[in-house]
Amino acid sequence: MQYAAVTGIGQTQYKARRGDVSIAGLVHEAAQNALDDAGLGWDAIEAVIIGKAPDMFEGVIMPEVYLADALGCSGKPMLRVHTAGSVGGSTALVAASHVQSGTFRRVLTVTFEKQSESNAMWALSNPQPFSPHLNAGAGGYFAPIMREYMRRSGAPWDTGIKVAVKDRLHGSRNPLNHLQMPEITMQEVEESPMLWDPIRFLESCPSSDGACAMVIADEGLAKEGPKAPVWIRGGAMRSEPTMYAGRDEVNPQAGRDCAADVYAQAGIDDPRKQLDCAEVYVPFSWYEPMWLENLGFAEEGEGWKLTMDGATSLDEGGDIPWNCSGGVLCSNPIGASGMIRFAEAARQVRGDAGAHQVVGARTALGHAYGGGAQFYAMWVVSVDK
Amino acid sequence: MSEETTSSEDDITAIETPVYLTYNFTAGEATTRFLHQVRKGKVMGQRCPGCGNVYAPARGSCAACGLPTSEEVELGNKATVQSFTIVWIPIPNNPIQPPYIVANLVPDGANISFIHLMSECDNDSVHIGQRVEAVWKPEEEWDYAMDNIRYFRPLDEPDVPIEMIGKVPLSGWEGKA
Ligand SMILES: [Zn+2]
Repeated sequence: MQYAAVTGIGQTQYKARRGDVSIAGLVHEAAQNALDDAGLGWDAIEAVIIGKAPDMFEGVIMPEVYLADALGCSGKPMLRVHTAGSVGGSTALVAASHVQSGTFRRVLTVTFEKQSESNAMWALSNPQPFSPHLNAGAGGYFAPIMREYMRRSGAPWDTGIKVAVKDRLHGSRNPLNHLQMPEITMQEVEESPMLWDPIRFLESCPSSDGACAMVIADEGLAKEGPKAPVWIRGGAMRSEPTMYAGRDEVNPQAGRDCAADVYAQAGIDDPRKQLDCAEVYVPFSWYEPMWLENLGFAEEGEGWKLTMDGATSLDEGGDIPWNCSGGVLCSNPIGASGMIRFAEAARQVRGDAGAHQVVGARTALGHAYGGGAQFYAMWVVSVDK
Repeated sequence: MSEETTSSEDDITAIETPVYLTYNFTAGEATTRFLHQVRKGKVMGQRCPGCGNVYAPARGSCAACGLPTSEEVELGNKATVQSFTIVWIPIPNNPIQPPYIVANLVPDGANISFIHLMSECDNDSVHIGQRVEAVWKPEEEWDYAMDNIRYFRPLDEPDVPIEMIGKVPLSGWEGKA
């Protein structure tokens, strides 16, 4: 297997509505930023790997076909990836595998969502006769799982509130974010409207427009770039069925298996010690303590202690900061959200994460999950090959 | 884009153009059997020949074992709350007025939960392990749909202990260990 590295990272400004660009303009902007970052022109790209969440969101079916021109890939190979909300992570891994396998030497990978032109609630709620039509949406699906986590772990009721504040404070260091809430308080989150008990409005992710792109190259080409290559030390994907008897929805097997695989590839046996930071898909606040356990940063039932102790907070000098960029709670262009996690992990180890940089970060985890928490994608990136 | 053409708040930059897609739902063998029974007021499960777990509404296979679930099992009208949420968010065109309870319920005799509405209850006292029963629509309104059950309402029965949720037999639960 060839070594593969991230040599360019490009993001757009995340907003509730990017009225100044079409979908094509949005993906072009991220891709151009990634190429500029890598010091390359469009001709340097051999293939494009693209992903987004369900086509039903914007109602544009197979949008990759129409986006080929905007991504400079007419006449070049293009591949579409689709794994629901985890797609940003999966797309990056598919792109990396095309380089690791030696199929291409340098590829562009792009993901996006334009939620302002979309109706996700509708797209996710098509009626099925074997289930009542309750219009509860994604929050309605995940809230009972969070409630079960709270029961099992005995976590303090305000653990989710703490995550919501922590990620928004992190996020206020990142000018790309949709939500900018530098003054947010625990009380403000607590008093925000309950949406799907126990999830409050300010414990939920926003709906954003945005795109993220990366250039991934083999060892020879990576060393030619203007910036230090970010080496992909491990990459793993797992999935599990949403409905099977005995499924542990709080601590899903597929997530644990995916983490074990990516850690084994990267030579990690103690993620809390050996990783410097992590960008983890947390669309609802309670998913931080849940994923701390699922990803092996804490024992089962103990994840909330890291959160409450400030271990995951940059502002509190925590030893394992999570979501320094602000995470999905600050910007959520769904299809891109996973790739933003992967890209932000890469920015950290490259040392150019600006005001949300973890000082001296060398190795970081990028994580994404999707669907009914049944799709997982993770990578570990490092300055060291 | 030049400064002159940048949209101001007064400009119309987007309009909603709803598109409708009607389609026939092809139920497949297992769901067809399930829907025919629910049309007659019965909730049927299907047992996995591998692990013995009973699925409802069954989709024809056990995803854990990868085996077809052909044996039909009748389920009780009673169920247990595995978890739940109170939905407060107002959704346009939603006929159900918030706040309402959406619960993950395991019917007696089954080993997996489905999602349904809870009503005739005090929202603040709904809890994990609570016993509930199905309230059906009048028989003349029954169709090939889970909506034949209007909602579930609380029962005056002892709670099911956590470790027993998902394992209550068809014979029910009266506080038996
Ligand atoms: Zn089975």
